[in-house]
Amino acid sequence: MNDVNSTRKMRSALGQVRGYGPAKSGLRHWRAQRLTAIALLPLTFYFVISILVLKGANQVAIRAYMHEPWNAVLFLGLAVCLFYHAQLGLEVVIEDYIHNEGRRVLLLLLMRGSVAFFGLLATISILKLAL
Amino acid sequence: MQDVRETLMQGRNSDGQPVRRPLSPHLQVYKPQISSVLSIFHRLSGVALTGGAVVLALWLAAAAESPHTFLVAQRLVDSFAGLMVLFGFTVMLFYHFCNGIRHLLWDAGYGFDLSTMHRTGYIVIGATLVLTAVAWAVGFAIG
Repeated sequence: MNDVNSTRKMRSALGQVRGYGPAKSGLRHWRAQRLTAIALLPLTFYFVISILVLKGANQVAIRAYMHEPWNAVLFLGLAVCLFYHAQLGLEVVIEDYIHNEGRRVLLLLLMRGSVAFFGLLATISILKLAL
Repeated sequence: MQDVRETLMQGRNSDGQPVRRPLSPHLQVYKPQISSVLSIFHRLSGVALTGGAVVLALWLAAAAESPHTFLVAQRLVDSFAGLMVLFGFTVMLFYHFCNGIRHLLWDAGYGFDLSTMHRTGYIVIGATLVLTAVAWAVGFAIG
């Protein structure tokens, strides 16, 4: 019973054959979600202040704001972390609530595509305003 | 042969009719408590804030497009409906922000006992209200 192999084996032979159990990639998702969350704490603070500073500003003022390298970098960081974090979160929600496999896979694809689209839209827009 | 997971899904409802058991999370059978309500609201606000992120992307795109497009976007944001939506996003953002810190502290192993968890829950609600009020008060004061 103290054999290392027997204590390590938590999965039944049938479960192993059928591929049940962890897919060995859960930690990456979990870590990425936390890391983006931590990055988003100061970025959210900065974002709220930016929105208050830019309240009622016209397009010229927005352009001038984004022209500052600090602001461009922080907004790009915000866009990357925000859309990545959103994708990770929506993934879990869809996996939890959509039980039909076909519908789940389709919705995950649609969701990832949409999040990537709007993430890129935000990124390109910030770059265009900054340059 | 039937899948072992399918076998575990067999159940009967209170009328004795065979039913397929619901998967987690079956929210309808629990009495609402601060722990579960805040948890559900964390997800809800996260999903809603994705909508906020899309609005942010469109707002930035409008600014990048032309001064005229940005003027149209600003008029939408400044409308009564726009401000209402913006207010909703502010509440969601500060809630998700505060409760997110609570989650990170749990991940680090702090605040798991029931009394602390309830207390931090109320702190999150209070902080959300205060931060929302401060942000909008500053917004109005700027004019």
